[in-house]
Amino acid sequence: MITLYDYELSGNCYKLRLLMSMLGVDWKTVPVDFYPGREHKSDWFLRINPLGQLPVIDDDGLILRDAQAILVYLASKYDAAGTWYPRDNPALLGEVSQWLAFADGITATASAARLHDALFYDFDVEAARTGAHRLFRILDEHLWFGEQEGRDWICSASHPTIADIACFPYIMLSEEGGISRQDYPAIRRWCDRVKRIKGFTVMSGVFPAGPAKAA
Amino acid sequence: MTKTRCTDQVILDLWHPLAALSEVAAGVVVDTVLLEERLSFAIDGEGNAAVWRDRADLAEGSPVDIAVISGKLPLKLAYGYIWTSLGNPPADLFPIPEFDEVDRRKLNAATFGVNVSAPRAIENFLDMGHFPYVHTDILGAEPHTEVKEYDVEISVDRDEILATRCRFFQPMASTASDGGADVDYIYRVPHPYCSVLYKSSPLDESRLDVIAVFLQPIDQEHVRAHMLLCVLDEDNEDKVIKRFQQTIFGQDKPILENQFPKRLPLDPRAETPIRADKSAIAYRRWLSQKGVTYGVIPAAT
Ligand SMILES: [Fe+2]
Repeated sequence: MITLYDYELSGNCYKLRLLMSMLGVDWKTVPVDFYPGREHKSDWFLRINPLGQLPVIDDDGLILRDAQAILVYLASKYDAAGTWYPRDNPALLGEVSQWLAFADGITATASAARLHDALFYDFDVEAARTGAHRLFRILDEHLWFGEQEGRDWICSASHPTIADIACFPYIMLSEEGGISRQDYPAIRRWCDRVKRIKGFTVMSGVFPAGPAKAA
Repeated sequence: MTKTRCTDQVILDLWHPLAALSEVAAGVVVDTVLLEERLSFAIDGEGNAAVWRDRADLAEGSPVDIAVISGKLPLKLAYGYIWTSLGNPPADLFPIPEFDEVDRRKLNAATFGVNVSAPRAIENFLDMGHFPYVHTDILGAEPHTEVKEYDVEISVDRDEILATRCRFFQPMASTASDGGADVDYIYRVPHPYCSVLYKSSPLDESRLDVIAVFLQPIDQEHVRAHMLLCVLDEDNEDKVIKRFQQTIFGQDKPILENQFPKRLPLDPRAETPIRADKSAIAYRRWLSQKGVTYGVIPAAT
């Protein structure tokens, strides 16, 4: 059974809860008091992850850190259909990797602004917000052009991939860092589509999709 | 007296929380903001503390001997927090007698920065109607959405608002719950920016868990929300109890941050009765009677 070292309010931890829920995989949680306890910097946790970061999973003795890396692992191991991480499609895999890196950029900006506002991290919040808006603008355009071509997801496939999961949480939580999504309509429509994926689950600060609009 | 940016004397004269003592490193300067004023504080680890206006010679993180600091502000250590005032505070802070009961778990669930006015946050804390929609499957669940009749009074001798006979069906009322139950609530608002909530303990039907929210006003539209837990729980680790309360608060946060207008309108006709239910009306009236202007839109006179 998978053990997830988890903090409820972490968007990076939520990425894994989200994918495991969508894949129908069971897991158990070891809560880590990230705030205010800073337990991710404690001796016992540093032995599991010397970087002192969440999330970490332990899957029958295989210990992995880094949200994006764990998404790759979970999808490769537990998605029998092979759509979330399409290993036999090189072009699509390249796209997935590109957007996983983009998701790290969202963490470095939108998540940083949220940590500044809510948990008092000493970051340059204006730089973080400006950086997030730059990324959101790029993603909004990408999604808007995709919609014109009949593409609903971040990568060129008829189904979502782990790139969608990796980008979703810190976009949804952006307003807690003072980053409005008002000017990104294609992002807002895409968020709504993610919320309608079978197995979708919420975290604190993320609400379920509203009732479906009549077609 | 030093001039303050906040000119609301009622608010200036109150005790305000700054930090949980359990989270302050001893012997070093910590900076914070209260009512738009930059303050510093320190504890010495032996039960002594000091609060003063931010000074260039005492930078955040630098070592400090609190005995030699001049120009100290009023200080109170209560309920696990450090409190100060920018005016002339009363001798005593409001009582929470349960805090002295030795078998209770006393924790700061967290201190969160929230983009909300203090009165809006208090009003949300008093509202049971949002439980099924915002705290779904924890503090409420459809179809149990009705807020049943309850009593509210403004206690004259205690100068606080008291809401009693509140009752709500909760699927998972606390970490000690093992299923859904009708939960009794009592709300107190003994301070314009603080509220204390009592709810049935799943462990002991004769006693109540205590959860308090102490809001530190940064300015009129931003707070640091300190959450005190003073609960009965024999089984769960501290971090599990904190996580439960943080989950709840994390669900409230976007609701609080999207309130409009951000300051609480005190005019009874300003908002529809659905939003402003009985306890909210009493709270607004109480703030009006006190003449509070900071963080609110005062009623036209
Ligand atoms: Fe709530």
